[in-house]
Amino acid sequence: MDVDESINTAKEYLPEWKIPEDLCLDAETIHHIASVVKLQSEWVKHRSTSLYTDPFLLQEKIMRLDKHRLVATFVQAWRPIVEFEQISIHSIMQSLQYWINLPPLSERWKQEPPLEVQVGQASREELVQQRILREQMFSEELAGYWEQLKTRVAEKGTKGKISYWGFVGADTYDETVDRAFMTAFLVTYGYATLEIHPLEEEMFIKPNEKPETKISNKQLVSVPIPIPVEDWQKWKRGELK
Amino acid sequence: MSKRKATYASKVKRATHMLFYKRHTKPGVKGWELRKALGSDYPKVLKVLDDYLKELDLKVQTVFENEKPVEKPSLEQLDKARFLITLRGELTPKEAKMVGWRIDDLAGLAIAISHIISNKGKAPRKEVEDLLREKLPNWKVGLNIDRYIRYGYLTQDESEQLYLDWRTRAEVDQKALIDLLLRTEA
Repeated sequence: MDVDESINTAKEYLPEWKIPEDLCLDAETIHHIASVVKLQSEWVKHRSTSLYTDPFLLQEKIMRLDKHRLVATFVQAWRPIVEFEQISIHSIMQSLQYWINLPPLSERWKQEPPLEVQVGQASREELVQQRILREQMFSEELAGYWEQLKTRVAEKGTKGKISYWGFVGADTYDETVDRAFMTAFLVTYGYATLEIHPLEEEMFIKPNEKPETKISNKQLVSVPIPIPVEDWQKWKRGELK
Repeated sequence: MSKRKATYASKVKRATHMLFYKRHTKPGVKGWELRKALGSDYPKVLKVLDDYLKELDLKVQTVFENEKPVEKPSLEQLDKARFLITLRGELTPKEAKMVGWRIDDLAGLAIAISHIISNKGKAPRKEVEDLLREKLPNWKVGLNIDRYIRYGYLTQDESEQLYLDWRTRAEVDQKALIDLLLRTEA
C-alpha cells in the first residue's frame, strides 16, 4: 500500500470538507493508514531479525530433505536436557518409614456406621425438662405475670406503680432474666406501661387495668433494658431500687 | 583446602544434585530455589559447575522467563530463570536414538519447530499436520504433535495455534537450526 499517496489525497481534499461527518471519515482514514504503517513496521522488524526465513523457502527445503538428512541437521542444533531419575538408599529408607507409618486402607477408608436412634414417645414433662415446651401456655403465663404485677403494686407499689427491679428481681439471676423477658411482653402487649425518668435514672412499671390494644397517638419507642449480673447483684444487696 | 574452597566445593556438589536429579514435573531448577539452597552467590557456584562440566561436554543452560537470552541478567531475572544441564556439543543421529527418539519422530519434531520459527513463532496445528503428513503415516501425525506438546517442545492455544514451548527454548539453538537447514543441500 502506498501510504504517501493516501496521505496526500486526504490532505488535498481536507480544506473542502465542511460538515463534521466528512471530517470524521477523514480521521477514520488516517487511523487505518496508521494501522497499516504499524503492521508494515512489524513486518520490516521481523524480516531484519536473524531468525527471518522465507517460510516457503524453508518448507521447500524441508520437503526435499530425506528424514536422515533432516535428523542429522537437527541434532547439530539440539542440546537435549540431561536429567537423572535414580533412587538412593536415603529415599528408600524414607519411603519405608512412610510405608510403616501409613495406616492400612481398611482403616483409612473406614466409615463410621450411622448412629441408631430408637423411636419412642416423649411425655410433656420430658419436653418441658428439655425446654422444648414451656410449662404453661405463653398467653397463660403472660396473664399470670400481669396478675403478679398487679398484686405486687398493691402490696409494695406507690401511686399504682412499682420500680422495674422491684418487679423483675428474683432470687436467681436466671429467674430475673426470665422475668425481664416476660415483662417486656407485658409492656409490648399493653398489659403494663413502662415509665422512665431519665434524669433520676429510675424506671417504673405500671399495670394497666385492661390490656391496651389501641395504638395511641404517641410515638412508639423501643427501649432496650440490659440486665447485667452486676446490676442483679446490686439489687440483691439492696443498692439498686 | 582453604575454607572458602571447601565451601564452594560443597555448594557445587549440592548444585549438581539439584540440577541433575529431577525435582519437579519440569526438569531444571528455578533461580530462587538455588538461591535458597546455595545462598546469594549461586551464580558463581553455577559458573564453577559449568567449568567442570565443560570437560564432560555438558553445560549449565539458563532459560529466562521472557524467552529471550539476556546478556547481563540482573539478580531478579536470574531468580526467575530456569537452570538446566544440557549437552554442550552435538549428538550424532545414532546417539539420538539412544536418548529414546525414533528417527521419524525426531524428524517430525525438526519440521514442526522449523516451520513455527519461520512463521514468526506460531503456526496453525493443521498446517503443521499437513507438513508432517507428507512423510509420516496419517495415524501418527496427531499422536506425534500431542507428544511434542506433552514433552514441552510445543504448546497449543485454544484456537489450535502451535507455539514453541520451554523445552525448545532450552534445548534448540533456533538460529543455528534455520541456518543449517538453509545450508543443507537436498
